[in-house]
Order: sequence, then structure tokens, then C-alpha cells
Amino acid sequence: MKKFISILFSLLLPLSFTSASKADGHMEAEVIHWWVSGGEQAAISKFAEAWQDMGGTWVDTAITGGENARGTTVNRIIGGNPPTAAQFNISKQFADLVEQGLLQSLEEVASAEGWRDFIYPPELIETCEYNGEFYCVPVNIHSSQWMWINNEVFEKVGVPKPNTIQDFIAVAPQIQEAGYIPLALGGQPWQEGLMFGVIASSTLGFPHMAKLYRDKDVDAFRDGKFELVLQTYRDMNKFIDEGAPGRLWNDATAMVVEGKAAVQIMGDWARGEFAVAGQEAKVDYDCVIPGNEKYVSLGGDVFVFPKNDDPKVKDIQLKMASMMVNPTVQAKFNNAKGSLPMRLDVDTSAADACMQMGLELIQQPSAIMRESDDWNSPAFTNAWDDIISEFRNDPSYAISAAMDDLEDVLTSDL
Amino acid sequence: MFFTKNLASKIALLPMIIISLTVFVGCIIYSFVYSLTGSKLIPAFSYVGFKQYERLFKSRKWDVAVENIFIYGVVFTVGCLIIGFLLAVLIDQKIRGESLFRTIFLYPYAMSFVVTGLVWKWVLNPTFGLEHSMHLWGFEWFQLDWLVNRELAIYAVCIAAVWQGAGFVMVLMLAGLRGIDEDIWKSLSIEGVPKWKSYLFVILPMIRPMVVTSLVLIAAGVVKVYDLILALTSGGPGYATTTPAMYVMENFFSRANLGQAFAASIIMFLSVVCILAPWAFYEFYYRSKEAKA
Repeated sequence: MKKFISILFSLLLPLSFTSASKADGHMEAEVIHWWVSGGEQAAISKFAEAWQDMGGTWVDTAITGGENARGTTVNRIIGGNPPTAAQFNISKQFADLVEQGLLQSLEEVASAEGWRDFIYPPELIETCEYNGEFYCVPVNIHSSQWMWINNEVFEKVGVPKPNTIQDFIAVAPQIQEAGYIPLALGGQPWQEGLMFGVIASSTLGFPHMAKLYRDKDVDAFRDGKFELVLQTYRDMNKFIDEGAPGRLWNDATAMVVEGKAAVQIMGDWARGEFAVAGQEAKVDYDCVIPGNEKYVSLGGDVFVFPKNDDPKVKDIQLKMASMMVNPTVQAKFNNAKGSLPMRLDVDTSAADACMQMGLELIQQPSAIMRESDDWNSPAFTNAWDDIISEFRNDPSYAISAAMDDLEDVLTSDL
Repeated sequence: MFFTKNLASKIALLPMIIISLTVFVGCIIYSFVYSLTGSKLIPAFSYVGFKQYERLFKSRKWDVAVENIFIYGVVFTVGCLIIGFLLAVLIDQKIRGESLFRTIFLYPYAMSFVVTGLVWKWVLNPTFGLEHSMHLWGFEWFQLDWLVNRELAIYAVCIAAVWQGAGFVMVLMLAGLRGIDEDIWKSLSIEGVPKWKSYLFVILPMIRPMVVTSLVLIAAGVVKVYDLILALTSGGPGYATTTPAMYVMENFFSRANLGQAFAASIIMFLSVVCILAPWAFYEFYYRSKEAKA
């Protein structure tokens, strides 16, 4: 008998690890996102408040770091426990999910509300549209083509503020002599890639960039101009302090805020750091889009809605998608986030001087620039950034070798 | 007869056996199969042959990663063994406050690699770490830029790792030294053998099991080094301190390049097998033959 019990027990043991099923609340929506800093939390809470006003329950799953958050989303979708909504960037990051049929089409609400008529710029529609159906909701636009300038440093050194990268290279030695760090850089591959992108687009112009990143045109890549960009990029190395490797972007921004460094090249999210420090745009600091032709790039965030076995969830998802594009909600959200809204009929009177620049630019279709990751997979952009980063860090990496390696990536099927 | 003997314990072990088989063997087969595909964000069966391996071996980054793991492996294991042994010998001299020193030396081992990484990141940072402090104290010539120098950064990682691991080796070795019979020391001193010679040629061979245990334990940590480097350098400057494990994780998650990640992990697995196979052969085959003979 004792033996029988022990056998029975050993058979039952593994069965004791079963999970409890979760209860479904009314209009309960779980949202995965990576907005965890103070300003970001304030922004996402505008969505949460609007959702609660509609009678819904907002389950907030904030995960630090975009990569981690996206990884969690994908794992949960594959594991059969998808969230109601999940954040991605304006990019090809979720293309695989659409192609595998794992995302909910939003076409029903999109055509009913006429999203194609009000989403601006129309490039955003292209990002979300697969086979003529909407699969994501763009919520904001962040552009990366900005140079942040500490006015006081330039006044003290007595050199003019730069309007182009070349202007900066011309005055940087004087800034250095005066004891300031000319360029604040965080030496992480994405920041190095961002700076490279700004140098490239301000040197080559967007039409030429599109030939490279969209058309993968090797002839355009090999026409001699790209070597110049690489050379300029390497020249910038002289103006960086030795503490750059691994530095976070906001630590680099802080160097400009505190007046240790003269300039940082960073996206428009850097504005938040100046605002937190109580500095005023165009007074304490200046923002410039370097280059003779000004571009505003279309970075930013979207939400996607993974398919769920429960038919009730689809209804909740469509309601949430509609809430996110609502002009009132858009105004509240983007003012908190410091980003540009995805439609023009939104009240942006609270925008500061730098944000106004972006708002004016985005209304000129020729100034709208798209970034590499809008056309290319993360594998492609990361492989590209790796070479760019290694090129900056390794002085023995010849331009010709870097050109060959970049061409390998360009012609690969990544 | 074989099956009914200890039936209950065999059934109790069954889940463990099934889990081991599915998790280890199953996942290795799964990884290999999908390493032959062009999977990006999601595993998809789009056969591309050995293209992922081709891409892997052409990658500059992978070359750097493999080179780094070798440098790290050698410096870390040798450094830990030598420093750990020396510390053990010094403590073995019947010093005052022995337990205090033991605690101090072992303490780093109680910390997670992430904490170790962050601490050393601050110490070695040239703009606000040790170098900066030395400059403020007037030693302008002092330079310690290992962490931001792409040639030396991997050695900075080794320093942090040895700092953490040496205390652990010390404790193991000290246990061995304490097990040495007093009579051996007495006879050594009667023979007039110098102390350093006694340690090196008599005592060290006697505590061989301790040395082997230490070696196995710290070597096991080499292949899976990930968190330390992530906290200390995040693989930088550029990708000068990246490791195979980081390469795999990156491709799995941020790069959405599953096929490449699977290919890299299969190569990691094969290299571990290549190193372990001779040892396993010796342990399980040669030794059992020896025992029977």
C-alpha cells in the first residue's frame, strides 16, 4: 500500500504545476510599452485616462528598454498570451508579425473613420498599411535630425553658432581650445548611427539617401559622395571626449545643459532634458537642423493589436485604436510627450520654439525624410550601425574597407 | 526486473528525464533546424541551407567575439587561480584577523556580476573615475583609459572578473591547505626546504583536487559570461568587447534575426562540446576502465 501511494504521488507531482486561468474583465486592455521616464509616463497616462473615461480598465505593462518590451510582446504572442496592444517604432519591426497573420487588422475602424484622410504625413499610412489594410496606429512623430546647442558656450568662445556640420567642424577647434568639449556623444551604436545618419542626410540630401536605403542602389552608393560622409564622420572624432564609450544619450545631453559641452546631435526627445533643467528654447539653448536643406525625419511610435482567440477582444482593440487617433487625446498625449502629432488638426499651441520649427517643417512634403528602418529590417539597420560604430572606434578601419563592408550589407537579403 | 526495481524512484525521476531530453536534446535539434532557415522575428521554415553559418563566419563582429572569449577565458582562469592561490597561501601564514581578511576577499563573490560591472565601470571611467581623482590629486601623468581603449577594454573586463572570482578560488585553496598534515610541514622544515619551494612542489600537487575543482567551477563561468560585460561595457567601445553569448542575445531580441542567432548558438554549443568531449571521455570511459583493471 505504501508503495502504491508513493507511485501515485510521484505520478501526480508534475501535475501540480498548472497555472490558474485569468478572469476577463469588462473592456480590460493590457498595453505593453517602454515609456518609463517621467515625461513618458505622463504621456502614456493620457491614453490611460482617456481609456478609463470610456469605461475601460487599463492594465499598464511598462518594460524598460524598447528591445526588451518588443521581445516580451513577440514572446507573448508566440506563447499564446498576447497583450491587447503593444508599442513598436515607426519601422519594419512588426512586419513579420503582420506577414504571419498575428496582428489584428484595423481596417474596419480605419475606413469607417477615414484614417487615410487625416493621418499626416501620408508616409505614416504606408508604414501601417499591409495589403491595403491598416495594422498599426501611429501615435506620434519624433525626428532625429537635430543639433542641440548651448548658447552660453558659443558666446563665451566668441564663435558663430553652426548651421551645418561643416560650420561646426570649422569652429570646433576654437571651442576645444577654450576648454570645452565641442561634441557630446554617447558612444553606443545607436547613437553613433543616429549621428552618422544626420551627417549623411545633411551632406547627401534625402533623395540620395532614399536611393541607398530604399532602392539599395549600389551605383549611387559608389558615386564617391559616401566616402566624404565617412571622412566627415571620422573628423568629428577629434571633438569628442574620451569618456564617450557607453555613455547614455541623456548623460550626453546633460553635458550640453551644464555647459561642459557645446553641441549634441540627438533626436528631438533631447528637448525634454533641457525642459526638466528649466532651460528655455532659443534663450538658453538653441536647436538647429544641420544642413542647407532642412529635413524632419519620421521616427516615432505606433501601437499594434495582436490577434486574440477571444472574439470580444477584437471589439476592445478597435475601440482603443479609435481612441488613440482622437484629436483631443492626440493633443494631450503629444504635448506631454513633446512629440509631433500624427494629424494636423490638433491643438499644438503649447509647443515651444523648437517644436514649432518641427511643426512648420512637417507641413512641407519635400522636407519629410524617412529613415532607414522605415524600409529595412532591424537586422539590416543593426548590421549597418555595427560597421558605422566600428568605423568610428577603430582608426585603422580604412574607408575603402568600410565601403566594401557596407556594400555587403546593402546587397544582402537582411 | 530492471524496470520494476526501485519503480517508485524511477517514476519520480521520469519527469526530470523527460524535461532534460525535451529541453536539452529537443532544443538543440530545434535550434539546428531553424539555423538552416532565414527566420527573422518569428521562427519560420524558409530553408536557406548553410547561409546563416556563412554569414556568421564572414562577420567581423563574430570574429571579435570569438577572440574575446579566448582572451577572457585564459586571463580569467589563470588570473583567478594564481591570485586565489597566492591569497590562500598568505592567509595560511597564521596571520592575525584571518577571518576578517577572508571575508574581505570573498565578499566580491557574493555580488552579482551586474554590480561588479557597474562598480568597475565607474572606477575605470576616465572622466569621473580613478583617473580623474588622480588628476585632481595632482598626478597629471596618471592614465587609466583601459575601458575606453578598444585594444585594452577586454582586459579591463578580465580585471573586474578576476577581482570577483579570485576570492572564491582562495577559499577553496585555503580549505585544501588546511587539510595538509602538520607532519608534512615538520618534515619539510627538517629537510630545510625553502617555504616557496614547499608550496610550489609539495603542497600544490597535494591539493590537486582543489585546483581541479576551482578550475572546473570558474571555467564553467567563462562561456556564459554575459551580464558582466553588459554592465561594464555593453560590448563597447564599438563592439570591441562583445562575446559570442552577446552576439546570440542581440540577434535573438533586438535584431530580430533568429536564424543568425540559432546558427551562432549552435557553433557555441559545438565548441563547448569540442572542449568537454576529451574530458568526458577521460572521466567516464578511461577512468572506469582503470578502475576495473
